[in-house]
Amino acid sequence: MWRINLWEGTELVVAEFHKKIKDAFEVFDHEANNTVDVREIRTIIRSLGCCPSEGELHDLIVEIEEEEPTGYIRFEKFLPVMTKVLLEKRYRPIPEDILLRSFEVLDPSKRGFLTKEELIKYMTEEGEPFSQEEMEEMLSAAIDPESNSIRYKDYIAMMVVDDG
Amino acid sequence: VQSPISIYYHLTFHAEFASFKAAALIQRWYRRYMARLETRRCCTWRIFQSIEYAGQQDHVKLHDFFSYLVDHFTPNSNHESEYDDYESIEVPDNYTGPRLSFPLLPNHATALVEAFRLKQQLHARYVLNLLHETRKHLVQLPNINRVSTCYSEEITVCGDLHGQLDDLIFIFHKNGLPSPERAYVFNGDFVDRGKESVEILMILFAFMLVYPKEFRLNRGNHEDHMVNLRYGLTKEVMHKYKTHGKKILKILQDVFCWLHLATLVDEKVLILHGGVSDMPDLELLAKLDRHKVLTTEVVSCEREGRAGSCPGAGSAPWAPPPGLPRGHRASRSSSIPCSCGPPWGPGAGRCRQQAGPPRAGRRGFRKETISWSFQVVDILWSDPMAQEGCKANTVRGGGCYFGPSVTEQLLQKYNLQFLIRSHERKPEGYEFCHRRKVLTIFSASNYYEVGSNRGAYVKLGPALTPYIVQYQANKETHRLTMRQRISRVEESALRSLWEKLFASSLDLLGEFKKHDADKTGLITLSAWAEAVESVLHLGLPWRMLKPQLVNSSTDNTLEYKSWLEDLAKEQLSRENIQSSLLETLYRNRPNLEAIFRITDSDHSGFISLDEFRQTWKLFSSHMNIDITDDCICDLARSIDLNRDGHIDINEFLEAFRIVEQSSTEGDTSDCPQATNTDNSGCSKPSKR
Repeated sequence: MWRINLWEGTELVVAEFHKKIKDAFEVFDHEANNTVDVREIRTIIRSLGCCPSEGELHDLIVEIEEEEPTGYIRFEKFLPVMTKVLLEKRYRPIPEDILLRSFEVLDPSKRGFLTKEELIKYMTEEGEPFSQEEMEEMLSAAIDPESNSIRYKDYIAMMVVDDG
Repeated sequence: VQSPISIYYHLTFHAEFASFKAAALIQRWYRRYMARLETRRCCTWRIFQSIEYAGQQDHVKLHDFFSYLVDHFTPNSNHESEYDDYESIEVPDNYTGPRLSFPLLPNHATALVEAFRLKQQLHARYVLNLLHETRKHLVQLPNINRVSTCYSEEITVCGDLHGQLDDLIFIFHKNGLPSPERAYVFNGDFVDRGKESVEILMILFAFMLVYPKEFRLNRGNHEDHMVNLRYGLTKEVMHKYKTHGKKILKILQDVFCWLHLATLVDEKVLILHGGVSDMPDLELLAKLDRHKVLTTEVVSCEREGRAGSCPGAGSAPWAPPPGLPRGHRASRSSSIPCSCGPPWGPGAGRCRQQAGPPRAGRRGFRKETISWSFQVVDILWSDPMAQEGCKANTVRGGGCYFGPSVTEQLLQKYNLQFLIRSHERKPEGYEFCHRRKVLTIFSASNYYEVGSNRGAYVKLGPALTPYIVQYQANKETHRLTMRQRISRVEESALRSLWEKLFASSLDLLGEFKKHDADKTGLITLSAWAEAVESVLHLGLPWRMLKPQLVNSSTDNTLEYKSWLEDLAKEQLSRENIQSSLLETLYRNRPNLEAIFRITDSDHSGFISLDEFRQTWKLFSSHMNIDITDDCICDLARSIDLNRDGHIDINEFLEAFRIVEQSSTEGDTSDCPQATNTDNSGCSKPSKR
């Protein structure tokens, strides 16, 4: 008896995931022909609650793309791969305290802030570097123009609330 | 107690490359945050689009009703000479606005731009004079306008402006004023929605008179008095010109009909407002009597074969000759097989072949009459699509969707290089499609809301390579971060969506109940999404929007009754008419105004109580709304009526603005209203 219930449960979960993935895909399917531009696929994956690194994304996209990349991703290929990702709960989001800890690592003297230059240096030279556009966008929201620094605790608090 | 993940990270930090890992983590988190923002932006865009298109379809559905109104309330046209009589209009001495004298000189036109920038208003006498001269000028011009880059070195093509004067001023500022060396083509839709349509028209017509060879205007689907009734120009004119507005509207109707249908640059680039069909016939287009197409609204609905009570074929602005059976095309063209099911069924992908060229020799049937006006409809209403083929444009209710091969066909047939069109808003202000053979250019920035989209214009030199310039005319947007921009626009979209949901409360309750067989009062969020879509038909990704529409839902279920109650609390004011009626009226709010303006045929601002009741009864029966006579009387009474049996239109509409205002009054946000919400300085009526 319990085995049958388990099976039903999984089916329901999968069905739910399918609908979720379809909705997210449709937001970017501008021509309503079940394809999206490959550049938008990163956004779609992230909008489904995943938080992969650039490297992980790259590997995932290789799975989803056609053998001969066309610049488009088809829904039929995307759905099974993404469903597996959601079922396996891959690429979980980063908890707030870990995020705070990361900023603190970059601020070893515990001042409570990073200067604009420091932020730029870390974000564009370390990890998986930001593009110029990404850097500018982050600076516009994060940097307090008077002190020319980012008070990261406040910044995180602001972003997390906004994220819903 | 630390979680295993926490501990792992903790340990890792103390290993080598700690800052590398920290940076990578922050970047990962940030990219996800930006992705969520981008998704919200797209969803917001979709909300606006689908509500707008749904609104357009509404209008299409009401077509029969509008036709009836037009027939019964349109004034007879024996007062033709009225609008020619502008010379007797006196301009008072204390008038400080711009003055025009004819023939116009370049500095007059430039002075107009400056005057309007300073928010001055042009006196009705000059408006009428200008329109009169414009008409005289347009009458001599051909349907298809030809421009050459030999004379002007560069040609700038602008798309829809929709009454947004700021964008026009910005374009002239950034690109330069029109001159013999700087040619302009404005590709239709100058008016409606925005609040300064009149000023835009004055500027455009003035430059056209001053530089007839270099300054050209194509007609758009909004250069049409039927469309103007609903989308704002009529209201704007009557508001700004209380005494002479009627005259202005009448001559404007005529002027619109005389606008060019298309412009050809160096015989290589075709510029028109909407698009093309799979039966393009430029020779026919060049020869037809363009001024006979008073409105493409009626024609387009005619073609879809709406079997309705479209009465008095002769008296409607355009109609096929009497004796022509309704929907004839559907049944008689049966020699062409159609694979998409019933030809005129609702929502069916109508096969274009069904609406093919009519057979000759039908009794009382003029072949040319039908064909050519469809050419005009196609040009003004069509949209490109990615799929191959050509099918009826069901979203717009007129024109078609044309695929890449249709474009290819057109270009080859007439030896053209590419097509420039407008008609559709694009987030970046422009978009190429059909392998870069079709360019959509849209010049009204911040169209839905501050920060919603950019505008663009395109320049062509002798090599005819398109060079695109983008902009956002509102200085404010530059100072906002992306996050703030998106929040603002999103709030606006969500407000519209809340309104729509509220207006369908009863239907929604019904649908929710269907999903709650056990009467627990709860439904799953999945069921919620399905129910909402089946009622609203907006085609929105409801699961993506769920966080904004449904408050924290524990364990994936929703108490639907309290959700609906919350909706109502947001929308209803204290003193209101019974909720079902209010919902219905609210749902049809965009239409009410148009209906009233048609009913008020002499533009006096008053309609009689009888006309009001008649109109309302007819409206309810067309919309299958069950409203008793008593309800209508109650409604009339609750609005302040002068005892002389007339209803002041403005008071009626104010009643709805009040409801809207009081529900947003408690709103602590300072978001500006969307540009298509009416708030032309409305003041509350004194007796309340």
